Amino acid sequence: MAGQEQIKPQRRDGEPDDVETPDPAAAAPAAQASEIDDILDEIDGVLESNAEEFVRGFVQKGGQ
Amino acid sequence: MTVRRVMGIETEYGVVVPGDPAANPMLASGDVVTAYAASRGIRPARASWDYADEAPLRDARGFDMGRGDAHPSQLTDTEDPTLANVVLTNGARLYVDHAHPEYSSPEVTTPRAAVRWDRAGELVMREAVTRLATVPPGVNLYKNNTDGKGASYGTHENYLMARSTPFASVVKHLTPFFVARQVMCGSGRVGIGVDSRTPGYQIAQRSDFFEVEVGLETTLKRPIINTRDEPHAVADRYRRLHVIIGDANHADVANLLKMGSTSLVLAMIEADAVGADLSVRRPVATLHEISHDPSLQTKLELVDGRRMTAVELLWEYHDRAAAFAEERSGGQPDPDTAEVLHWWSTVLDRLGRDPMEARREVDWVAKLAVLEGYRERDGLAWSDPRLKAVDLQWSDVRADRGLAHRLAANGRLEVLVDDADVRAAVTTPPSDTRAWFRGACLARFSEAVVAASWDSVIFEVPGQRMLQRVPMLEPLRGTEAAVGQIVREAPDAAALLRALATAGTDAD
Repeated sequence: MAGQEQIKPQRRDGEPDDVETPDPAAAAPAAQASEIDDILDEIDGVLESNAEEFVRGFVQKGGQ
Repeated sequence: MTVRRVMGIETEYGVVVPGDPAANPMLASGDVVTAYAASRGIRPARASWDYADEAPLRDARGFDMGRGDAHPSQLTDTEDPTLANVVLTNGARLYVDHAHPEYSSPEVTTPRAAVRWDRAGELVMREAVTRLATVPPGVNLYKNNTDGKGASYGTHENYLMARSTPFASVVKHLTPFFVARQVMCGSGRVGIGVDSRTPGYQIAQRSDFFEVEVGLETTLKRPIINTRDEPHAVADRYRRLHVIIGDANHADVANLLKMGSTSLVLAMIEADAVGADLSVRRPVATLHEISHDPSLQTKLELVDGRRMTAVELLWEYHDRAAAFAEERSGGQPDPDTAEVLHWWSTVLDRLGRDPMEARREVDWVAKLAVLEGYRERDGLAWSDPRLKAVDLQWSDVRADRGLAHRLAANGRLEVLVDDADVRAAVTTPPSDTRAWFRGACLARFSEAVVAASWDSVIFEVPGQRMLQRVPMLEPLRGTEAAVGQIVREAPDAAALLRALATAGTDAD
């Protein structure tokens, strides 16, 4: 990464504090929708078939 | 001014015996360690741990806790022969910590190397799972930090610091940083509250488990700043800062930033160059509030009355660190520092515009994108077990089952360290710390090594009545450059010890 260009990112400075921002999770751009669908299809194929039992059985003792 | 310093990551893995929630986790964890040791031809009884220099009840504030006052889980230095515990040829320690298998990475000097040897630990755990799977039901391992039912287990960072730095400065400047840091390094979690009693999603696995600002404990009343003072090095020269507030990461960028940004803040603290106070009011409550708001709009309140988001506070730290690095390096920060500063500004920029833009770099964002996809497609509520299953299986160490591994393999996470380098790190120690000597001794003279620890290797040499202990109290000695030739040319351990003595260069 030596000599890498340092791009000065957009800053939030000067923006009013109470800008109404949409819920980011709810507003995934449409272009990403098919990408997410691909991921979900793939995960469907490997996800624990009995999710409820898997979650119930995931019991740990506390550690550090 | 650099991100470079001696550092490392220790990770306790979640352990599950499929179909048997009541299985004894200590025994399962012991099986993990012994299965891996056997796969590498390591005899646990030989390369065991030397506890002589461990003092887990020493407090950085300057006093020892009486052993009678300590919770039994704090007594980590009592040797128990039933617990497996080995040192690997990459210089790491693999052992059972409480009820979890733990991989403690070897000491490295850069955030990039920390990521590399941390991921090597995932391959160690994956190998153990593969071995154990041959005897059903086997054992599955998860690189996460909570079961969502009230139990948490740690991923701890370690940073070597100058002893001369006042601990009060560490507490003052690091606390606000840690309150905010989770937005770029958190791994995400389904469920709010230690036992997930409120349905929802939060940014960090660990945040809800933190109850106090400063303290010695790591298993109960967890503190934002942990005061354990066990340097594993020359104690009047060094402090090992033991950071317990982070999450286990799968995203390389988040992992690099966790180590790198923290190291830069520590460098400013050591130089007394942080500048104006950024202390936040109500740090513990604010830590929880930040974690509970994936929109990142929650404001922290500084003691000077200013209010800002976690991203804005991290920009403050970033800009100070960038200016400091620029000034101290004559405008040419070293490549490791430049890499961390680059990702630090890139990730904050994305998080500030739209958190979902950081889905390739930050675990909690990547996980949330998948979960929101499920919610939208299948109309699932946050309390749905399928979402919790995605959360847990996200961190499964198996390449085919672990969802984070699948995303990385398909190019959906930014990968900074390629797989071949990670594979090599499973058996190869870092060359530039004492971990090189430790790992090389295990690789070359394992028959003669009876025990090892962070700061010693103990040999049993035929013909010698006494065990020979090689101290390594200087973490930057015992490097390949310093002792590589001696180690490689010694035909056996006796010759190695003679050569070290003659050369006058102890590994120490």
